[in-house]
Amino acid sequence: MQRSLLRFITCGSVDDGKSTLIGRLLHDSGSVAADQLALLKAEAARTGSAPDLSLLVDGLAAEREQGITIDVAWRFFGTASRSFIVADCPGHEQYTRNMVTGASTADLAVLLVDASVGLKEQTRRHATLCRLLGIRTMILAVNKMDLVGHAEAPFRAIAAAFADLAASLDIDDVSAVPVSGLSGANVTEPSPLMPWFEGPSLLALLETAEPRGSELGPSLRLPVQAVQRLPDGTRALMGSIVAGTVRPGDAVRLLPSGKTSRIARILGSAGDRPSARAGEAVTVTLADTLDCSRGDVVASTDAAPEIADQFEATIVWMDEAALKVGRGYWLKLATQTVTATLRPPKHVLNVNTGEKLAARTLALNDIGVAELATDRPLVFEPYAQSRTLGGFVLIDKLSRRTVAAGMIHFALRRARNIAWQALEVTREARASLKQQRPAVLWFTGVSGSGKSTIANLVEKKLLALGQHSYLLDGDNIRHGLNRDLGFTEADRIENIRRVGEVAKLMADAGLIVIAALISPFAADRAMVRALLPPGDFIEVFIDTPLAEAERRDPKGLYARARAGAIRNFTGIDSPYEPPLNPEIHIITTEESAEAAATRIVDYLLARGR
Amino acid sequence: MALAHLDALEAEAIHLMREVVAECRRPVMLWSVGKDSAVMLHLALKAFHPAPPPFPFLHVASGWDFADLIAHRDATVAAHGLDLIIASAPPEERAAITPFTASSDVYAETLLTNPLKAALAEHGFDAAFGGGRRDEERARAKERMVSLRSASQHWDPKDQRPELWNLYNLKCGPGESCRVFPLSNWTELDVWHYIAREGISIVPLYKAALRPTVERGGRLIVVDDDRMPPGEAPRLRMVRFRTLGCWPLTGAFPSEAADIEAIIAEMAAATTSERAGRLIDDGAAASMEAKKRAGYF
Repeated sequence: MQRSLLRFITCGSVDDGKSTLIGRLLHDSGSVAADQLALLKAEAARTGSAPDLSLLVDGLAAEREQGITIDVAWRFFGTASRSFIVADCPGHEQYTRNMVTGASTADLAVLLVDASVGLKEQTRRHATLCRLLGIRTMILAVNKMDLVGHAEAPFRAIAAAFADLAASLDIDDVSAVPVSGLSGANVTEPSPLMPWFEGPSLLALLETAEPRGSELGPSLRLPVQAVQRLPDGTRALMGSIVAGTVRPGDAVRLLPSGKTSRIARILGSAGDRPSARAGEAVTVTLADTLDCSRGDVVASTDAAPEIADQFEATIVWMDEAALKVGRGYWLKLATQTVTATLRPPKHVLNVNTGEKLAARTLALNDIGVAELATDRPLVFEPYAQSRTLGGFVLIDKLSRRTVAAGMIHFALRRARNIAWQALEVTREARASLKQQRPAVLWFTGVSGSGKSTIANLVEKKLLALGQHSYLLDGDNIRHGLNRDLGFTEADRIENIRRVGEVAKLMADAGLIVIAALISPFAADRAMVRALLPPGDFIEVFIDTPLAEAERRDPKGLYARARAGAIRNFTGIDSPYEPPLNPEIHIITTEESAEAAATRIVDYLLARGR
Repeated sequence: MALAHLDALEAEAIHLMREVVAECRRPVMLWSVGKDSAVMLHLALKAFHPAPPPFPFLHVASGWDFADLIAHRDATVAAHGLDLIIASAPPEERAAITPFTASSDVYAETLLTNPLKAALAEHGFDAAFGGGRRDEERARAKERMVSLRSASQHWDPKDQRPELWNLYNLKCGPGESCRVFPLSNWTELDVWHYIAREGISIVPLYKAALRPTVERGGRLIVVDDDRMPPGEAPRLRMVRFRTLGCWPLTGAFPSEAADIEAIIAEMAAATTSERAGRLIDDGAAASMEAKKRAGYF
């Protein structure tokens, strides 16, 4: 029979007798070599006490000096049916980062409580952190039962209190077991000292717990680690299967490109393999020659993961140097590495009380929720669905230290990229059919500056030249697409964003787009510029002094704004940020609308096709 | 249904090897030719099949290596077409220092640690795979799978990078390098079970055979060549090795286990931990940590 593997984390402080309990598990499961036991006994003989099993798990010299565990230590033991990897984590606050590290790979958590003390603040902290990292199975080991006379009542009270805590944290699978690391009661065998307890021993619980193992879900997820070229020129994709299974002939989609193909072969050192499943490291080839590189994800065609570049995530800060909002960090998720910037945290979590507190940044051991943006789209899944495609680390670009761990909640709605379907007809093909180079002429200027007048003239000239164009007029769009928007700052930004996206689609279709909107804020115009390929966004500043525009007042709006009938009117009670470096600058008090339109068309033609 | 224990360990090791090859400029595999090295090579062959492992293999040869080990090394290199680098101390130092005359510290530093450091620096390797396991020693239990070394090859156990999920931070500054331990989560017994399952070829010294031995300082030393200082006459004993180092310094033990299955049966009943000598003689168990800080692998 093949043995299974269970990874678990032990949480508790030195006062809870954690090292003794782990030492007891190692000892009673027969995982301690005779010479180590002899050492313990020699030590005990010298001090005149019983062998101290906690010495089996003590590690670094620095920690022995302090008498505490200061880092994650890994222990190994096994029984006939199962191998165990134990992440032994310290309990005190300053080492939250170590606990998070240990919990990241654990199937379940063993939480230690001193029977004579009961639940402590740290119990909530440990349970919260484990749940945060996705552990839903917990064993409460009520230790030091010898100190309460092996009595049932104190155990029941602690178990009930923990059940309430677990329920409040949405932890669904909880067992409690009364133990004594010192005497070994209920650690590997039921104890006659506690006949009232009929449940399984701690070891029996560990032997029967369900490993999280590979991630749930039947749909293939295979992040590509590297690509190698076989002697026949075929590209072989190497990676570890996160979820699902793979067989030759399976239809797959390569993300983020969205291109589809089929699995051709699964290479093995002893010949091709008929299938492979979650958890395995594989090398596969595809039926078609597709561009593929490290960071791509091979997925089932039926249910593909999402792609986005803005997220909300829980962030655990792990470095002495606090988060710098707005600074670029390396973000590593599965096999993808991108640059990420964080916004100020929405809140930080007090893990002792569950309170959400306001914060401007994240310091060492802080756990907060923040939005982040990446410089390239990420193929991802929420952490609740996939540890591998939802968990990431942040690395400081200068110090190269791992400064934070993060767990994605969801993509922000504005960033979700649902158009991952690859388009076979390209932008270039469409443009060449029209024999023109697409562009977005973005007219900005205060109300009444002459944007619409000049824009209309430009479009007439383009039509005469046989060029395909379309005029997006701010006022007209507010009657249709944007009729739900008002003039608050948020609505103005959304107004620009929508027009920008429409302009982008039209340019993609091969058109020369003329957009005429006040667009008073530089940041919004920069946002639209960033949507388009370099050189395709042409900012046209229609520069008319406010006094002149107000004098013209073709729609009577200035008069109404002055009278207080219109709020947030640009130039009156809302600012206009003039472009600092527009591609084309039209000063309407010095140049006629006709001359301006000619100059703009000349600029377009000079760009070539 | 989760992967079985050995399959999970194999996948974890291969994943890490591929990460290193994808992200590091110039990796190398430190290769002692022992049983852990044999497993490491096997994993590397699997990880990059059908291509050969895309990195060289570095063997530190003290000049006091078992002849069987060197023969096994050269046969393996030829069989798989490996790129082998042999690091050794300069001839004058090898002439001046012998395991019979020098203290063990001076011997190890001069003939093993220094040539290793020099080779790593000379070739500009930014990542070095090692076969270290966390179950070997208490200090190792706390080491990351990817462990940063300063430009002077030092390890700082109090300032290790957090290592979450299977995400490894392999970024190194100028002169820095990573030591990478794909077998971190394997136990000694796992290594033997894997060797048996995969049919991995190992140096015959691990299997019991009649060998010429003498007793030195309570250890059974197999006389491997004619450099043994005269003394008692060697006696043929049925012995094997649990670990392999320089022949005059590595103790054999009596055993009848002549094949892998017998070795596993013997291991399962093992009553002595792998680094027994060290554990007994230093008591505080802190010597390994001190050596690691100084750059010992």
